[in-house]
Amino acid sequence: MTTTTPRQVPATRSNHARAWLRKNLFSTWYNTLLTVVFGAIIIWALYRLIGFLLAIDTTIIRVNLKLFLAGRFPNDQLARLWLGVYITCAGVGLFARAIVRNAELKAREAGMDFDHAEWQSVARRFWPILMLVAIALGFTETILPTLLTLVAAGIGIGAYLLGALLPRGVVRRAWLIPIVGTIAFYVGVAGFGGVGWDAWGGFFLNIVLTIAGITLAFPLGLLLALGRRSSLPIVRYMSVTYIEFLRGVPMITLLLMGAFALGFLIPGDRQFSLFLRLLIAITLFQSAYIAEVVRGGLQSVPKGQVEAAQSVGLAPWKTMRLIVLPQALRNVIPAMVGQFISLFKDTTLVSIVSLLDLLRAAQISTAQSEFQAQGLQAVTLPFAALFFWVGCRVMSRESRRLEHKLGVGER
Amino acid sequence: MAAIDTPAGGVRPPFWRDVRVIRIVLQVLALAVVFAVIWVLGNNLRKELVERGLPTTFDFLDRPTGVTVADSGFDPGSPVRDALIVGVKNTFLVAIIGIPLLTILGTLIGVARLSTNWLVAKAATVYVETIRNIPPLLIIIFVFNALILQLPRPNDPATPLDWFVISNLKLVGPSMATSAGAGALWLIMLLGVVAAFAVAIWRTRYSERTGEHHHRVLFGLGAFVVFAIAGYFVTGRPISTSFPKVDGRIITGGFGGLGSYFALLAALVIYTASHVAEIVRGSILAVPRGQTEAANAIALTGFQRLRFVTLPQAFRIALPPIINQYLNFVKNTSLAIAIGFAEITLIAFQAIGNGHPAPQLILLLMAAYLLFSLTISVLVNILNRRLQLVGR
Repeated sequence: MTTTTPRQVPATRSNHARAWLRKNLFSTWYNTLLTVVFGAIIIWALYRLIGFLLAIDTTIIRVNLKLFLAGRFPNDQLARLWLGVYITCAGVGLFARAIVRNAELKAREAGMDFDHAEWQSVARRFWPILMLVAIALGFTETILPTLLTLVAAGIGIGAYLLGALLPRGVVRRAWLIPIVGTIAFYVGVAGFGGVGWDAWGGFFLNIVLTIAGITLAFPLGLLLALGRRSSLPIVRYMSVTYIEFLRGVPMITLLLMGAFALGFLIPGDRQFSLFLRLLIAITLFQSAYIAEVVRGGLQSVPKGQVEAAQSVGLAPWKTMRLIVLPQALRNVIPAMVGQFISLFKDTTLVSIVSLLDLLRAAQISTAQSEFQAQGLQAVTLPFAALFFWVGCRVMSRESRRLEHKLGVGER
Repeated sequence: MAAIDTPAGGVRPPFWRDVRVIRIVLQVLALAVVFAVIWVLGNNLRKELVERGLPTTFDFLDRPTGVTVADSGFDPGSPVRDALIVGVKNTFLVAIIGIPLLTILGTLIGVARLSTNWLVAKAATVYVETIRNIPPLLIIIFVFNALILQLPRPNDPATPLDWFVISNLKLVGPSMATSAGAGALWLIMLLGVVAAFAVAIWRTRYSERTGEHHHRVLFGLGAFVVFAIAGYFVTGRPISTSFPKVDGRIITGGFGGLGSYFALLAALVIYTASHVAEIVRGSILAVPRGQTEAANAIALTGFQRLRFVTLPQAFRIALPPIINQYLNFVKNTSLAIAIGFAEITLIAFQAIGNGHPAPQLILLLMAAYLLFSLTISVLVNILNRRLQLVGR
């Protein structure tokens, strides 16, 4: 076979770059115009941003770092918070390993290969968190927090490695680990003369409210979702009324109710603290949204599954528990993460009813006598925003990954 | 069915295993539990209200609020009812301006994310990925404290071009001033709108008959402009531009709003637009690829492809989630409570602070938002049914 090789432009790096530029930036006259205009705007914005970043005085963050992260947690009790961090790291490490091993066991039983994630890919997925920790440590005044953080990282990695020793029974029941971990965390921080949740604050409070809110709202939301799909008309109407009512009002009205009106519903002097009342309000509110998320999952289970269960003579409750719910809840995980992100952002609303979360800390720190009236909210608010950005970004990426992995919406 | 319910031979299961009995018992039980809870809570509520010397009815609506509303001339002595109405009006003012703005911004950014221009697409992606992951309340407080409050003080405002008066309390721009005869002009302009539609219909028919291009938008606009200009001179030039003027702290003329209003509007539009952009992008991607390829095959230009093929189909997909964002936008206006813009939540909050009963006020507040949400949902459902593609 004789071929005449056409005269080719040698594919050098500079040619590639030129072709790429022509294709992506200067393909037509209006694309060129767009590139020039946008380029000018972006360069101007970057110039201003760098100027701003170089000019800011970060003393306010250095001084108030503890206020941002933990609110008014008593200084002499901070060791307990570090203990809490260590318990969390250990729990996360063990849990991650247990999940991996569980997946491995299942894959092996199904006769499939299982490839472990490499640590580079894990680092790529969680780089915003690493960046955030590095930035926060950059604002500390002594070396101690850095050392303590390194210990925390060590505990996390150690727990992951030790997770290989977990007995099979525990691995199969991996959900036990978060429960035990949460109890250990609470005992470590608040037990034996520790600091109760009324004194919790800062970013720590945002995290606690998010996790507690979603966890407490989930059972209620599940019941509401089942109620909405129930064949009993009264149960269905009551569920629909509850869900649509709460989805129709803003969360702040629920928080106002928690702060100002919930006390009226409890007789006598037995009053809940503000933290508890707001947590109740958040739980009631979130349960309506979770109910809708779970309903989506229930609807995604093919009708044939229920019919098959009935044909083998399963009772309605068993059909639900053994056939429908496992499939529905698996499909619902990505949407639940979405709900988690949305609540995470909305926990900032508790600052309006004067609970000291990260946003409120960012605001009141600028009222301190040495920092007031200098426009320092332009420094503290972006710093607070960074924490939420990192949390939301990592979670939304992970949820997209999970969605892909579970194959939700691909059938 | 009947054959299953009563097995052959007429033997029925004992009543505690009869599905029909169980169903009724369960529902009665559920109803009883819910009513018991409501009854106990309602009782507690009444007792506590009486104990704290607060009214148990809605009579307090006629009592003086004691709430001051910045820049509205609202009298603190007026009843709570009036204050709440002012609040609803202010909420509405944010929604009516904000929703069109966020739709335009969101659509532009959503389309920009799919641009073939690398720089534009990346810039839009960075915008969406940044703003979407920051709490809206934080954005509102940032825009208000770090941008609006850094503007000049009210006693020494900036006056760019002498067209605007900008201070950290108020932002005012030029507006229309009307004099006698303006009413007649509005009427003539209304006629102009009717005429424009008539012309557009005529052009459409003409185009259908002859096959020539209809140019109906151009002709319609022309008809309207002719009417408007003719009317303007016929009625004796009743409209002029009014520029704001500063006299000490008092601003006369022009049209504007409070700094907190603009902060809320800007922050929420920026935030919600990032969500709308994602919806727009997803909807455009959801239009089958063959449609774009077909449009290219008949040599439509990029703009024509978007205008006549892609966007109309994407719009159908995008409508329900976008309306959901509108609802979120309206609900998020309640965050103005953090920057002191007097919409309904802030008014209710202040009324509670002034000793009016919290449970009733919060109930009214929820009812107001609920009414709004339900109205929109009903309208959307009607719209959705009309837009639904028929025949598949």
